[in-house]
Amino acid sequence: MQFNFDSSEPLYLQVAKQIENAIFVGSFEAGEQVPSTTEISRDFQINPATVLKGMNILVSDGLIQKKRGRGMFVLEDAQEKIRVKRKDEFFQDYILKMVIEAKSLGLNQDTVISLVERGFKQK
Amino acid sequence: MTEVSLNQITKKFGKQTVLNDISLQLKPDTIYGLLGRNGAGKSTLLNILTNRIPASSGSVLIDGQTNINNDRVLGKIYLMSEANLYPNRAKVFQIFRQTAHFYSGFDFELAHQLASKFGLNENLRFSKLSTGYRSILKDIIALSVDAELILLDEPTLGLDANHRELFYRELVETYAQRPRTFVISTHLIEEIAGMIENVLLIRDGKLLLDDTAENLLAQSYSVTGPEKEVQEYTAGLNVIGHDNLGKLRSDYVFGQLDEERVLPDTVTVEGIDLQKLFINLTGQTDKEGQL
Repeated sequence: MQFNFDSSEPLYLQVAKQIENAIFVGSFEAGEQVPSTTEISRDFQINPATVLKGMNILVSDGLIQKKRGRGMFVLEDAQEKIRVKRKDEFFQDYILKMVIEAKSLGLNQDTVISLVERGFKQK
Repeated sequence: MTEVSLNQITKKFGKQTVLNDISLQLKPDTIYGLLGRNGAGKSTLLNILTNRIPASSGSVLIDGQTNINNDRVLGKIYLMSEANLYPNRAKVFQIFRQTAHFYSGFDFELAHQLASKFGLNENLRFSKLSTGYRSILKDIIALSVDAELILLDEPTLGLDANHRELFYRELVETYAQRPRTFVISTHLIEEIAGMIENVLLIRDGKLLLDDTAENLLAQSYSVTGPEKEVQEYTAGLNVIGHDNLGKLRSDYVFGQLDEERVLPDTVTVEGIDLQKLFINLTGQTDKEGQL
């Protein structure tokens, strides 16, 4: 994990995203404990209140759950929830940006589609 | 929980006003960054808080009581600074013991652990310690005393990058385990940016900002693009500084942007970090940098 303090994105959102990504790629599996607020704070020198704020986003998104006195644990369907969310965001986050860039480069629709096809063929 | 308030603190050295009418309240259990350029008055402020020097006027109240010659109240505060208050012949472990006379809840176990992590030999005399290890010794004491308000004036002076990171890690860990108020004064803003919840910014002896880092960064922007378009977009906004690279220009804006203005395709708006904000707010070379 790495946090970018230059980013225009508030730090607590970066904390939430980093943990979310770790769950998505399977670094933290369903039922597993995520590092405690203190551990994350210490290891990345981030204020515990900021880390907690990021964790609370994941709690309200239904990705992790607090078990009293034991810490935060990844919920069973967390990975699937992230997948669904990212699919929803795919158009906005990737396709629209690609089209804007394509237009500014003067690439037409057919060219872009053939480039996408080429991308799929590459491993 | 300890309540700390500074009320209209002014400090003059001869004709020079070093602190000018500073009033603020420290929130309990909060990590503060005390920022300001050299000579802005940061150390003076910390020294007044701990009654090492008197204010010319104004008062410091700790839980409603004056801090002047008040040991009960001063026992709630610890100031780590460049000043070396220890006898040269005293050994490190003796200094720990001596500190425990004043701060009865001194955590010897933590102090030993930290000494070992930092590689500080407790049998060395104070006079034999390098600048870096003198800072480390005082940092260890700062984290081990049972004070409610810990003031750190350049805590990483002379520390190498590894020791600085170790210190920040230990600070955050002890804070998470036993929340209390820290005020950290340092020039290495980037290194503490993630830790500080609240920023105090002093410029020319005045308190310019007292707000959460989150609030400050949420209204700090860089606007970058071709000079002409950037200047049209930022006209009338609170521009606190700029950078130029040929005809490419970045204006730094502190305060809200005008939502009604159309952002040209060639211009990008981004957030800036605390250090950039600080540099632009305290820059003295140009006429900008006014709030």
